Amino acid sequence: MPNLNPAKKVYDVCIIGSGAGGGTAAKVLTGGGLSVVLLEAGPRLNPADDFKEHIWPYELEHRGAGVGGTSRLQLNNEFMAPNGFWDIEGEPYTTAPGSTFRWFRSRIEGGRTNHWGRIALRFGPADFRARSTDGMGDDWPISYEELSPYYDKVESYIGVFGTAEHVPNSPDGVFLPPPRPRCTETIVKKACDSLKITCIPSRLAILTQPLNGRPACHYCAQCGRGCISAANFSSSQVMIPIAQATGRFTMIANAMARELVVGKSGRVEAASYIDKTTLRESLVYAKAFVVAASACESARLLLNSRSSSFPDGLANSSGVVGRYLTDSVGSSLTGYFPQLAQVQAHNHDGVGGMHMYMPWWRFGAKNEFLRGYHIEFGGGRHMPGVGGFDGVCAEHEGYGSALKQKCKSAFGTFIGFSGRGEMIPNEKSYCEVDPNVVDKWGIPVLRFHWQWGENEAKMAKDMQGTFRSIIETAGGTVFAGSHRVMQSNGISEGGTVIHELGTVRMGNDDKTSALNRNCQAHDVKNVFVADAAPFVTNPDKNPTLSIMALSWRTSEYLLDQARKGEL
Amino acid sequence: MRPMTQDLVSRRNVLKSLSMGAIAGSVLHVIPLQAAEYAHSMIEAEKADANGGGYTPKFFSVPQYKTLQMLCETILPGDAESGGAIEAGAPEFIDLLTSENPEYQLKLGGGLMWLDSACDDRFGNAYIDCEAGHQKEILDLIAYRKNAVGNKELSHGVEFFALLRDLTSDGFFTSRIGIKYLGYIGNAFLIEFPGCPPVPGL
Repeated sequence: MPNLNPAKKVYDVCIIGSGAGGGTAAKVLTGGGLSVVLLEAGPRLNPADDFKEHIWPYELEHRGAGVGGTSRLQLNNEFMAPNGFWDIEGEPYTTAPGSTFRWFRSRIEGGRTNHWGRIALRFGPADFRARSTDGMGDDWPISYEELSPYYDKVESYIGVFGTAEHVPNSPDGVFLPPPRPRCTETIVKKACDSLKITCIPSRLAILTQPLNGRPACHYCAQCGRGCISAANFSSSQVMIPIAQATGRFTMIANAMARELVVGKSGRVEAASYIDKTTLRESLVYAKAFVVAASACESARLLLNSRSSSFPDGLANSSGVVGRYLTDSVGSSLTGYFPQLAQVQAHNHDGVGGMHMYMPWWRFGAKNEFLRGYHIEFGGGRHMPGVGGFDGVCAEHEGYGSALKQKCKSAFGTFIGFSGRGEMIPNEKSYCEVDPNVVDKWGIPVLRFHWQWGENEAKMAKDMQGTFRSIIETAGGTVFAGSHRVMQSNGISEGGTVIHELGTVRMGNDDKTSALNRNCQAHDVKNVFVADAAPFVTNPDKNPTLSIMALSWRTSEYLLDQARKGEL
Repeated sequence: MRPMTQDLVSRRNVLKSLSMGAIAGSVLHVIPLQAAEYAHSMIEAEKADANGGGYTPKFFSVPQYKTLQMLCETILPGDAESGGAIEAGAPEFIDLLTSENPEYQLKLGGGLMWLDSACDDRFGNAYIDCEAGHQKEILDLIAYRKNAVGNKELSHGVEFFALLRDLTSDGFFTSRIGIKYLGYIGNAFLIEFPGCPPVPGL
């Protein structure tokens, strides 16, 4: 443990991580008058230089496939907003024998909010009362009603489009008007109506009207590349600048947090970090610490913060840090829709994501499995990209004019469906510090253990049946032309939906949870966690909006503590 | 030719000022396309400038590269509607990726060797020197997976051709002419999204 130097500058709050949770905390805490220092493991972001919005594939030497074509079929293709990777050079993680888990990390100001899907769904009342509802998992220490005002604040500030629909357990929010449906969405909606599957405008953090000095969307469909005009939400463009403008905010970039250092008081007094540019280790001092490094990274930081008072890691007297790791249940299927070939060429781009989706429409019904899933879908005449014709090539084969024409007539005729379902935490899915491996900064890395449960398998099977019936009802056929598509028929690999959470969970009992109802560590009162690590359940709703709402609530609690002189 | 950097910087400034314009609510929905076209013409000018308009392959030998070009053009040929894979820059794209990827070097470099060897066995010539009928004969064998079922003589060729077909499609359909051929319309600044035009049968 590094030696403390009490003569150094002491900030009110030190935040670790600048993504959805850290950015929200930075905005709220600086807005409330506190001085904040933020450690970000990656560089600062300059959207005008770093984002590849509006660039055509032929303007890049590798056409989006990346060096050696290695990102050809991957999420981190060249166009994506920078520094989001399945693998980061020099920063490995390991998996236990028999486990498969993939961990998507981002090392840049704003973290994964630069390229995320902008899907902004509230959790529902039953999602906070899981055990009371069906006897599995645990209840949250807070209710939907307690978090709801913070959802209001987040939505009002960042801007989310959607419509009031009164779908059970998928609450409405403060919404901007939704964009008009694309052809793909018109076709699917009609099929869903006849199947009695709820299909409604999606809820995305993209502006359809100007808001708080940001312009409305210009409908180029490239949100994943990062939006230079900030018409969609990213922490780097919407949260950090407002914190910066207060004059009370300092960001230390390229700072890889190593551990939180406990002083004689029994409270954390400093964060130790490696400056990635100089390889030197430094300390930054604060009265309170908000850990928002992403669920698994936050667990890693706590587990690596060992001291004589906390030999098993900070805030871990319960032993739950790293446990209860979940990801969303993912399953996908693609359909071919011949009627789309008859539609005239037109601008189909829209926003960077679906304009409609299917919230869980069987809530409260007797199902083969517990909990539920929602369906995302997309396709049609989007900008062609590498890998986009693999399926057509595999199905049609051959070569020459016939192949060329086949590709042309197939362009824009596919719609992909993806289910996103709730995983129930299990004993066999968790992360821990690998006893043998450190990263290039000398920090012990995580080792993942992973196993889907039976409920998840039943859910994925149900998804497949649903996709098939939607595709067929809509006049399409299941497209099995590509190996990739066929492999995705089962359940996704753990971690690949990038909704990993639950590793530093909150609860009223300090024997079974690490944080109290204010996301404050039971063991160390000046440590808070503000990403998805505190979540007790992982409902089918994508976590980002809830990360921000919970971080906002935690930050207001911290402000209140500061006003009372409790910092 | 003048330094490229300045032109690319100015292109970036164009894009930057356009996004500012969008904030001010100007009607600028066509200009980014022009800016992109401009940037593309700069890149093309640079390409043509290097090596007197010729191209020196990064990975393949010159004879192999000629075979590669021929195969790419055969996979997606030019016709009355558009140019083909060569005009789209697919061979350069494939050569670049292959020069950086040991797996592609084996599959494509080795695949080209396999093809020449198979042609030599059957017709007494390397692929490029075979008459058109013989070239068609071998491609008709390796262009379909079903031909490789239970046939160890062909399975390697089928694998090779499948990868080459995927990468040629990448190169063609991400090119300016390929995107135009598909009829993709977009990558623009719209004030409003118009939604779906009438769909037959809906």
